[in-house]
Amino acid sequence: MLGRVYSAVRAFARLLGSVSLTFLGLTCVTFVIGRVIPIDPVLAIVGDKASNETYERVRLQLGLDKPLMVQYWTYLKKVVQGDFGNSVMTAHPVLTDLLHVFPATIELATLALVIGVVGGIPLGVYAAVNRGRWPDQIIRFVSLIGYSMPVFWLGLIGLLLFYAKLGWVEGPGRLDVGFDDIVPTVTGMLTVDSLWAGETEVFWNVMGHLILPASILGYISIATVARMTRSFMLSQLKQEYILAALAKGLSPARVVWVHALGNVWVQLITVIALTFGSLLEGAVLTETVFAWPGLGFYLKNSLFAADLNAVLGGTVLVGVVYIGLNMLSDVVYTLVDPRARGNS
Amino acid sequence: MTDTLLSVRNLRVVYPGDDGEIAAVRNVSFTLGRERLGIVGESGSGKSTTGRAIMGLVAAPGRITADEMRLGDTDLTRLSEAGFRKLRGKRIAMVLQDPKYSLDPVMRVGDQIAETHRQHVRTGRKAARIAALEMLQAVQIRDPERVYDLYPHQVSGGMGQRIMIAMMLIAGPDILIADEPTSALDVTVQTQVLAIMDNLVRSRGMGLILVSHNLHLVSSFCDRVLVMYAGQVVETCAAGNLANATHPYTRGLLAALPELGHRRAELPQLQRDPAWLEDVA
Repeated sequence: MLGRVYSAVRAFARLLGSVSLTFLGLTCVTFVIGRVIPIDPVLAIVGDKASNETYERVRLQLGLDKPLMVQYWTYLKKVVQGDFGNSVMTAHPVLTDLLHVFPATIELATLALVIGVVGGIPLGVYAAVNRGRWPDQIIRFVSLIGYSMPVFWLGLIGLLLFYAKLGWVEGPGRLDVGFDDIVPTVTGMLTVDSLWAGETEVFWNVMGHLILPASILGYISIATVARMTRSFMLSQLKQEYILAALAKGLSPARVVWVHALGNVWVQLITVIALTFGSLLEGAVLTETVFAWPGLGFYLKNSLFAADLNAVLGGTVLVGVVYIGLNMLSDVVYTLVDPRARGNS
Repeated sequence: MTDTLLSVRNLRVVYPGDDGEIAAVRNVSFTLGRERLGIVGESGSGKSTTGRAIMGLVAAPGRITADEMRLGDTDLTRLSEAGFRKLRGKRIAMVLQDPKYSLDPVMRVGDQIAETHRQHVRTGRKAARIAALEMLQAVQIRDPERVYDLYPHQVSGGMGQRIMIAMMLIAGPDILIADEPTSALDVTVQTQVLAIMDNLVRSRGMGLILVSHNLHLVSSFCDRVLVMYAGQVVETCAAGNLANATHPYTRGLLAALPELGHRRAELPQLQRDPAWLEDVA
């Protein structure tokens, strides 16, 4: 018992250590980018008509006269406290901006991931089981389109077809203007908030806006997930335990969906985590096409406005998301793979 | 060897190749009673494929044909895939070479044993668990309750192979095909595992087909031996009589065996005769 607690504490300490190291590396990179990029942070604040005195004063205020190591230390201290400075573009603290835009991206990415996993895994399994026959060919072709077609093009065609022509879905943005500010912000995710407030009409409007961009991102995730599932499945189906399971008299369905898929999950977790990461990191193009006020949209605008604090803050957020997803997938690993639990 | 459990006449397993079909197994005929039949041969001689063909487990694009293949009163040549499924595990089962690979790594071993039981004896979870625990005891695992909850990576090779045997015998098959069942194990546990398997097979009055490349093992353990070469049975004889084998291939194999106490500077190399490749039947 005590040994188990001890090993859990040790595992946690190791995790904390590796996470802090990764975080340190991440801030190091963003800091260096901030100094290397040919954007003068002082000029961005004071404008190019300011006097030399003003320029110099702001420069001192920003601590830019100090040695680089000191500047990094100051930066790190602030970042740890969630202080990324103010955004020039919005005049809000960057953190406030990020907390405002990120839920929109989470909402979009989560639905896209669900579509990708729920659609991609069965398709991948089906393709693997029918390897070389027509279902496999079709699924492979559809996946190929999914990850080779530019997403903005799919988005535009989707809007043209399903919104403009057929009117099945709502247009760009997160909800109709008429529904603005009806539900109080709790999580920032409008689907959750509207249900929380019991406003089903708002919920369906939100869903109407969400479904098309989520489906397009979901389609791309389906392509990735199906392709990886197919190849993992093919390698599992060659294993001896599959032959043994068949020799026991199990049905092919049970052999594939219980035994082979149980092992495919182990490999799929990383793929799913990375897919979610890349969805969260801001589907910049999708958010732009759909005027989706999420992280990708925000980052794109900050980049165009040379709003360095916002860009670096967003970058740190993306990094933190990846670190978090890695930790999460490590935890999920131990759930699906007994070998990852360590011998006890 | 009173009644015949399995009779096979002119079994062929062919795979499509670039220049026509390639026969992995040709004209193989034998019968199996309640006895221990050994099939020996080198890699690629078709011994494993023969075992798999009897269970209908030759993967596409391989094709199985036979003039006769009969399991008791079941005609295997006319059996559908669904028919085979009812029979696998229930009437014929198979132990594979290495439990490291032949057990599902992410399922508790006890559940894997119980799974066979539930597939063939439609019972509840609890009854299947009890049956699996009894089976673990039957393969001489001391602490079945504990072992039931282990995963394959947590058991040793010898224990894994005993679990495999339990998994394959729990539904009470008539025939067990053991495909190199001890080749992956330490020499010290090989005999132990064989003894456990032999005990169960005898006490249940089953037929055993032991597929192996190990002449010593087969001749000391089995009642009868089939010697396969290039997909054909080149010789059939009583295991005790192997020393008097007549086919030049068998003689060559025997001559190439090292012997304790007989120091020979060089073991004779097996000289292959292209004539052996021609159809014997």
